[in-house]
Amino acid sequence: MSGQEWSAETVAGIVREHAHLRGPLLPVLHAVQERIGWIPPDAVPVIAHELNLSRADVHGVVTFYADFRTEPPGRTVVGVCRGEACQSRGGRDLEAHAQDALGVPFGGTTQDGEVTLDQVFCLGNCALPPSVTVDGRLHGRVDAATFDRLLAEAR
Amino acid sequence: MTTVYVPRDSAARSVGADEVALAVLAEAELRGADVTLVRNGSRGMLWLEPLVEVATPQGRVAYGPVRADDVASLFDAGLLEGGAHALALGPTESHEWLARQNRLAFARVGVVDPLSTDDFLAHGGLAGLRAALAMPPADVVEAVVGSGLRGRGGAGFPTGIKWRTVAEADGPLKFVCCNADEGDSGTFADRMLLEGDPFALLEGMAVAAHAVGATEGYVYVRSEYPDAVATLRSAVELARAAGWLGEDVLCSGLTFDIEVRVGAGAYICGEETSMLESIEGRRGTVRPKPPIPALSGLFGRPTVVNNVLSFASVPAVLTGGPASYAALGTGRSRGTQVFQLAGNVARGGIVETEFGLTLRELVEGYGGGTASGRPVRAVQVGGPLGAYHPADGLDVRLDYEELASVGGMLGHGGVVVFDDTADMGAQARFAMEFCAVESCGKCTPCRVGAVRGVEVIDAILHGPSEERAGQAALLEDLCELMADGSLCAMGGLTPQPVRSVLRHFGEDLGLTPVASRDGT
Repeated sequence: MSGQEWSAETVAGIVREHAHLRGPLLPVLHAVQERIGWIPPDAVPVIAHELNLSRADVHGVVTFYADFRTEPPGRTVVGVCRGEACQSRGGRDLEAHAQDALGVPFGGTTQDGEVTLDQVFCLGNCALPPSVTVDGRLHGRVDAATFDRLLAEAR
Repeated sequence: MTTVYVPRDSAARSVGADEVALAVLAEAELRGADVTLVRNGSRGMLWLEPLVEVATPQGRVAYGPVRADDVASLFDAGLLEGGAHALALGPTESHEWLARQNRLAFARVGVVDPLSTDDFLAHGGLAGLRAALAMPPADVVEAVVGSGLRGRGGAGFPTGIKWRTVAEADGPLKFVCCNADEGDSGTFADRMLLEGDPFALLEGMAVAAHAVGATEGYVYVRSEYPDAVATLRSAVELARAAGWLGEDVLCSGLTFDIEVRVGAGAYICGEETSMLESIEGRRGTVRPKPPIPALSGLFGRPTVVNNVLSFASVPAVLTGGPASYAALGTGRSRGTQVFQLAGNVARGGIVETEFGLTLRELVEGYGGGTASGRPVRAVQVGGPLGAYHPADGLDVRLDYEELASVGGMLGHGGVVVFDDTADMGAQARFAMEFCAVESCGKCTPCRVGAVRGVEVIDAILHGPSEERAGQAALLEDLCELMADGSLCAMGGLTPQPVRSVLRHFGEDLGLTPVASRDGT
């Protein structure tokens, strides 16, 4: 899904695929991230040029939204839900365990580049908490042991 | 041939429904049994997921929660004939959790194959749209006004009044926008409807388009719900192919099409004006109102903005008539509400029932108390911006006005239960921390106030005890400023959970409770 080498031509092509939409910037950024894995800083002027926006406009949008990455993520991306429903069932302990187990804070990537740890505010699985995603796949009723097992399977 | 149902809902999948589905197919093949597997939505009895159902001559029979390694023993016990087993729950519809409910918006969720147009039609789909298309647009608007339907997204504004404003606005181009950026913790009804009955949303939006004269629609779905996005996108394609969307909808002359937009991880985009900014391709910052979106909304055009459940409730209004919808409920809260029971609760899930039940009936009756078996300490209603209600305050009735009278709000209908191990000081701090992370930054009370809120609560919790009372007074003052001065509900309502902790759980902040104090 991701990992295609970044080039100005690739990005310009992605923009043109979405040019027919009203207000195409978010779909463009999603598509760039899906194909390349992240949004390289050098892609910003290309997107701005193609959409007739200022670079500041595009940069402002990229940095506003939590989803858009300005650095490449690890091979596996883990998201830990920090919503109140998860907190009510040990979510805070799981948050701490996840950061300890990986040795990185939320938003960080392990030194070997394998795993990125994200905080998420609600995965919509609030009756089966705490919840975690591993590469987009949702898991419910996750405790520390389950977390370690999921991580071992992903690595 | 026997039909077996294993949900495709992401909550069910999060506890192993995919593995169960594979096991059912493998076991059927092993035994030479002729099985058709349907991946339905979830019935909303989430503590029983994965819930497996089998169609028998006597109706559907349920088993749950089923793990993949239970499947062989289920077949041994005569699963395909609805045989007895330790996991057997009897006829699904007779289950006390479901039998007591009155499901309108959720009538088909868990029952049908979400992406089967035949199933949708066989279970009453399009009846509301057909009824609407047979009426002049103004009559459709008045039917929705007459039903008393209020926006299910949180603010509770009358849906029909909003539609009337858009209908009466001039303009060659109008939009219908569905706000499916359900970001509140404890809420998942939008997600379950999008995954379990996406055509219901499309039907409700098409009704709105006819009523107000709109030609284009957007559904803005949060990126945290990838399964909902995929299901909805498939549903839009199927609906187009069936002539339910596009030019000449159902040969009525109505032109209306829908595009699915995906958010990018910003809670604030659940606020309607932020959502419009986001669809337009900008930072999701709040727009001051006026102008209201009904007059100047998406791309400056008149725009209907409603929540998933508001649109999904509209077909029932038209098929049953506004009077029968308005006959349900209590006070000025009419019709049914889809409550979402979550957190530390023994039986969590979806409870759709007419307005009027109490929080206690929901938490102790439906929910069966806490999952941990410990006493209930607090129940947060209405998401991260909603109040924490104390255990002795559970007799409050769940309607818009009564919750407001005790300093709370219904919001999107999410109910999160905490047991007596909850640290309410930490929960108050989290409310401010969440606002600091998710504030769009447009207005100072929210942007700066939330950061100050975290600092002040830290000073109360960890600073010198002789300064605690002064810091608490400062926190009250800050809450007042944020509530009065913020541009939108993010900063304006963040004080609500904080004040509820001050009021009911002050001991967790090292303070005496201030329940006797005026206000909330």
